[in-house]
Amino acid sequence: MKELEYPFDSDYILKKKKSLKKELLASNKQFITKNIAILGGSTTSDIKLILELFLLNYGIKASFYESEYNKYFEDAMFPNQELETFKPDIIFIHTTNKNIIHYPELGDTEAEVNAVLESEYERYEAIWEKLFQTYHCSIIQNNFDYPTYRLFGNKDATDIHGKINFITKLNMKFAEYAETKQNFFINDINYQSSLYGLDKWADPFYWYMYKYAVAVPAIPSLSFQVANIIKAILGKNKKGFVLDLDNTLWGGIVGDDGVENLMLGEETSEGQVYTDFQKYILEHKKMGIILNINSKNEESNAIAGLRHIDSILKPEDFIVIKANWNPKSNNFKEIAQELNIGTDSLVFVDDNPAERAIINQELPEVSTPNMEIPYRYIEMLDHSGFFEVTNFSKDDFNKTEMYKENAKRNQLQKSFTNYDDYLKSLNMEAEIGRFTPVYMARIAQLTNKSNQFNLTTKRYTQAEIEETAQDQLHITLYGKLEDKFGDNGVVSVVIGKQDKKRLDIDLWIMSCRVLKRDMEYAMMDSLVEQCKKRGIEEIYGYYYPTAKNSMVKEFYGLQGFDKISEDAEGNAIWKFEINETYEKKNKFIKVEE
Amino acid sequence: MTREEIFKALDEVFEEVFDDESIHVTDETTADDIEDWDSLEHINLVVAIENRFGIKFNMSEVTSMKNVGEMVDIILERQ
Repeated sequence: MKELEYPFDSDYILKKKKSLKKELLASNKQFITKNIAILGGSTTSDIKLILELFLLNYGIKASFYESEYNKYFEDAMFPNQELETFKPDIIFIHTTNKNIIHYPELGDTEAEVNAVLESEYERYEAIWEKLFQTYHCSIIQNNFDYPTYRLFGNKDATDIHGKINFITKLNMKFAEYAETKQNFFINDINYQSSLYGLDKWADPFYWYMYKYAVAVPAIPSLSFQVANIIKAILGKNKKGFVLDLDNTLWGGIVGDDGVENLMLGEETSEGQVYTDFQKYILEHKKMGIILNINSKNEESNAIAGLRHIDSILKPEDFIVIKANWNPKSNNFKEIAQELNIGTDSLVFVDDNPAERAIINQELPEVSTPNMEIPYRYIEMLDHSGFFEVTNFSKDDFNKTEMYKENAKRNQLQKSFTNYDDYLKSLNMEAEIGRFTPVYMARIAQLTNKSNQFNLTTKRYTQAEIEETAQDQLHITLYGKLEDKFGDNGVVSVVIGKQDKKRLDIDLWIMSCRVLKRDMEYAMMDSLVEQCKKRGIEEIYGYYYPTAKNSMVKEFYGLQGFDKISEDAEGNAIWKFEINETYEKKNKFIKVEE
Repeated sequence: MTREEIFKALDEVFEEVFDDESIHVTDETTADDIEDWDSLEHINLVVAIENRFGIKFNMSEVTSMKNVGEMVDIILERQ
């Protein structure tokens, strides 16, 4: 919904929140449901209501627990039946500088100042530890905004008795904690408030009237950021850009103006604008965001433009380059198909409002930021929060490589007439085993991203994955696949729950990029082996249909299960009996355990 | 704006904030007359009215307004 995308109109959202909510709920979006607890150090009512809207817009339907006014500490530290029953998936702690109890006093020694710092910090660390221990969920914690006054003027930043100095140190300590914990995320209100304008952000009218530490008009900006962290935790980030060329990546039209006349490079102001924008885009590639081109151009001109001496982006930086005269919506769909990802996970970056309108019309699920003023392109993309980073998995860094390897595999496949010969030629090796700490982030990411090869579409947070891995009654398997072109990383995950001699499969997913490679059979072989060790005799598999997973409707049938029931909606239960003569199904992958 | 015009504009703001097109406010309308008008919603109403008329209420006005009529008096005087 455009009303909830950057740059949104905050006053409009605040005013229309009730009807916006109705509209979102009436859309035929598929929602995932999550429980979110908000522990507040000031009033949180509108923060919750607006957060709810942004989350619905991301396809997340949240139930909320909201602490009583300023009871964040008590709610966290003392037994809390209501919160325990609520079972939060995510806890958001909304504290601000209003919740700092002690600041250094003028005349305090350095040791005394440090003691104050420690005591303020320790209160929060105690809360986080207690919450992790009790609820095994993810935590989002605000750092601190600066106060709107400075007793010492500019020296407030450097003198150890200054509040600015004190808050900076406290924020650093929060950041250090965040570095050591995977399920802990800082909501950086220190940055957000500076971007918004501190005086407006902390408008005291709203504090004295309603105990809102963040002024009501600023609440949509705050809630948007929290929603971005939550969607990122749940694996709902965008995955890549689909970029236009003329007047988007460079100034001018390469076909008309010629390569030598494009505005690019450090010599002119306009050239600098586009060069800086290209640098910004290239940085995304380094963190695993995939880049593609969708341009109305002769392909030779497009490539020539990217070979421009001052072009930071080179043709090799892109996975798919579509430079032709076809409708951009068709190109867009083809790009998504070639990458084997949903159109909704690609961002359309084009300066031409008519092209954006066509994409909005044909592919309403695609984000199409208004790229109108070239020197504001970076701001526009950046503040949209498309790629909010929570945890980097190793796979993120070499994503472009992985997509390129895939293209090579496709070429090789075409050279074989016999598919088995092709599989043999790949020299595949898999590593299959119980979940281990190094892969937790990737496993959680996969459970949230996989839609097509996903039998039950059950979503897990990283905290839930870790908890499941520790539980002895659960069989957990990850599968990592490597071949002669490269390492695909973790591509399949299976979770089953043992009940004496029976195993119920809660989750079976696989990344579509390794489809038809026998990996699903290798996983089955390992699962059966694990079951045998535990004396399990029967495996039950479940298929719950969604709009996207029809490809695995008959999956259990292929694995040798028998369908024992199916209801009118297509929800099916399958059963597999393990007998001594089980023969391994995978023939082409060498498996290491 | 005349008093009448202000009432007409206020109806629109109330309808949007409370998502109810049947709302029609008069001098005597108070929070008791509108189901969702509680103290937390009051702030949103205040912000929406301030934006609509380009004015700012001060703190004592926000707390002491007894009914919509008094609200209109302040808007008339401030605009």
